[in-house]
Amino acid sequence: MIETTQTTKQPSKRTTTFVQQYLRPHKKFPAVWCPGCGIGMVMGALIRAIDTLKIERDNIVIVSGIGCSSRMPVYLDINSIHTTHGRALSFATGLKIAKPKLHVIVIMGDGDAVAIGGNHFIHAARRNIELTAIVINNEIYGLTGGQRSPTTKIGTFTATTPFGNMDQSFDISQLAVMAGASFVAKGTVFHIQELQRYIMKALQKQGFGVVEALSYCHTNLGRRNKIKSHIDMLKWQKENVLPLKEEDKFKEGVIGRGILIDKDKPGFLAQYSKLIKMAQEQ
Amino acid sequence: MSEKKVKNQKNESGYAFLSGNEACVRGALMAGLNFFAGYPITPSTEIAEELSGEMPKLGRQFIQMEDEIASMGAIIGASLAGAKSMTATSGPGFSLMQENLGYAAIAEVPCVVVNVQRLGPSTGGPTSPAQQEVMQARWGTHGDHPIIALAPSSVQETLELTITSFYFSEKYRTPVILLLDESIGHMRAKVKLPDPECLKDVDRKAPTCAPDEYFPYDYFKDVPRLASFGEGYRYNVTGLHHDEEGFPTQRFDEINAWYSRAFGKIEKHRDEIELYELINMDDAEIAVISFGVSALSSMAAIKIARKMGIKVGLVKLKTIWPFPEKLIWDLSEKVKQFIIPELNMGQLIYEVQRINQGRACTVGVNRADGDILHPLQIVDVMLN
Repeated sequence: MIETTQTTKQPSKRTTTFVQQYLRPHKKFPAVWCPGCGIGMVMGALIRAIDTLKIERDNIVIVSGIGCSSRMPVYLDINSIHTTHGRALSFATGLKIAKPKLHVIVIMGDGDAVAIGGNHFIHAARRNIELTAIVINNEIYGLTGGQRSPTTKIGTFTATTPFGNMDQSFDISQLAVMAGASFVAKGTVFHIQELQRYIMKALQKQGFGVVEALSYCHTNLGRRNKIKSHIDMLKWQKENVLPLKEEDKFKEGVIGRGILIDKDKPGFLAQYSKLIKMAQEQ
Repeated sequence: MSEKKVKNQKNESGYAFLSGNEACVRGALMAGLNFFAGYPITPSTEIAEELSGEMPKLGRQFIQMEDEIASMGAIIGASLAGAKSMTATSGPGFSLMQENLGYAAIAEVPCVVVNVQRLGPSTGGPTSPAQQEVMQARWGTHGDHPIIALAPSSVQETLELTITSFYFSEKYRTPVILLLDESIGHMRAKVKLPDPECLKDVDRKAPTCAPDEYFPYDYFKDVPRLASFGEGYRYNVTGLHHDEEGFPTQRFDEINAWYSRAFGKIEKHRDEIELYELINMDDAEIAVISFGVSALSSMAAIKIARKMGIKVGLVKLKTIWPFPEKLIWDLSEKVKQFIIPELNMGQLIYEVQRINQGRACTVGVNRADGDILHPLQIVDVMLN
């Protein structure tokens, strides 16, 4: 293994100390992500959310699939499991049902969650299982070199759409709401404090909570589409991803951020506990 | 319906009248099964249906997942949280489970996967018996990995080997595949229920070291203890090749160390894992090697043959993988012929031939049309 030395500027001592409390002491850094990637920002927001809510570390399990986003769990000093492509929600379902006291957080990318993982995504929402899913949507399959994903916009050039993508894309948040999730929010990595608030709300929800974090991949998507840098992609988010108006939340093709649904619906575990009581009384 | 009567049957007599699938359920519950995730597929569906009623009554967890891939994922997740987990399926579902089975093998997560074999390939014959997943049980998932696969040949053995599956899965930190077949799964027989006192200890032992001294994939232990999530040991589990802490690695030495240890944990304990029965083998010149329902056909064949004066015996395999190499090697020097009856076009025979190396003569007796082997088909081979 080749050891790399950190060449970027040292962050301020206060940030380093606080964030480092939640990072695995033995894990070597720098992380696997490209400098400037939005995934690290989501990790920071997640750490701050967990810290603010004072959730006991031993009781948190972070589950991921496969992809750049899914590389997150190994860095965090909590119970972590990096599973197979698209299947994180099924492992997470087993974990949560077997040990309800665990806070189970599922990190997935767009391809992981709604391409190969689509079936598990809609069923987790349907059964409203008490999990928190954070889908980091960078509209590309980054780790494998930049192929299109089900959320890639029409016209985008990717490794498997050399003439420009002609295929329609999913709206992950709308999909989650329609499938039955009780909390769905959409934010961006630029509007990071808002994203952190959404993550906190989802963590406190007793049902399937989805936070779609709109990110970007400057290395594989930006480069192929002549976008100069990650700064330009962040600027785009700042200027174009506006708060969603109520009437636009379920419209086709409207880009925005906000909470699409926040309902109190009985979760799977709650219902199963009732079933156990009923079965034992018979 | 007789099944309803069986459910209410008390255990006082120590006996029950069960189908193979029901015996699997009983065995699993006795072994402490507390998480089942499955998907309906003939001829395994009764296992899921029975458990959907029994588990809530016992306050244990049951969930019907959206597909077999999710079922396999869920039982691995549950096992990491400390549960004794199981799923049950048949051919098409077993194929779907392969990727996650490999995950359980490399991450070393105990779980039991029941495959009630049916005629394949593809949709095949959902209600017909077969034994066509011998090789798939060993190599179905990609990559080199160790595995344990057991095959009962009676309803009684189904109950017992289900318990053994849980025992092996916990002791060796591995997924264990239980290969039933449609005929064993659906046949009914009187079963002697084991005394709970006599059951082997299948409970997982938690690590005793301090959390920051815990290595979930410790190079220096054959089978490192598996900490359950939420008990104070925070560690990483991944399907990537990993070091002793569970962190992904690409170092040749660390990857080699995993292979040595993971394969070694099974190799070093073959004596305990290789289960089989020898019937009439003392003076045998011909050895019939079989398993599952074909072992029943074989036992009847041997009775007929012995009456005719043929010196034949049966090697009834209960453990298919690891394959009992030493046993077959020793026998290859004593017997003149191996006969291998199986409900497929020839799978176990390749293992026999590999060990035999041409010393004894090997003949397969095969059937893959949806019916079981008739004892006379096997006797016929002995006469020629």
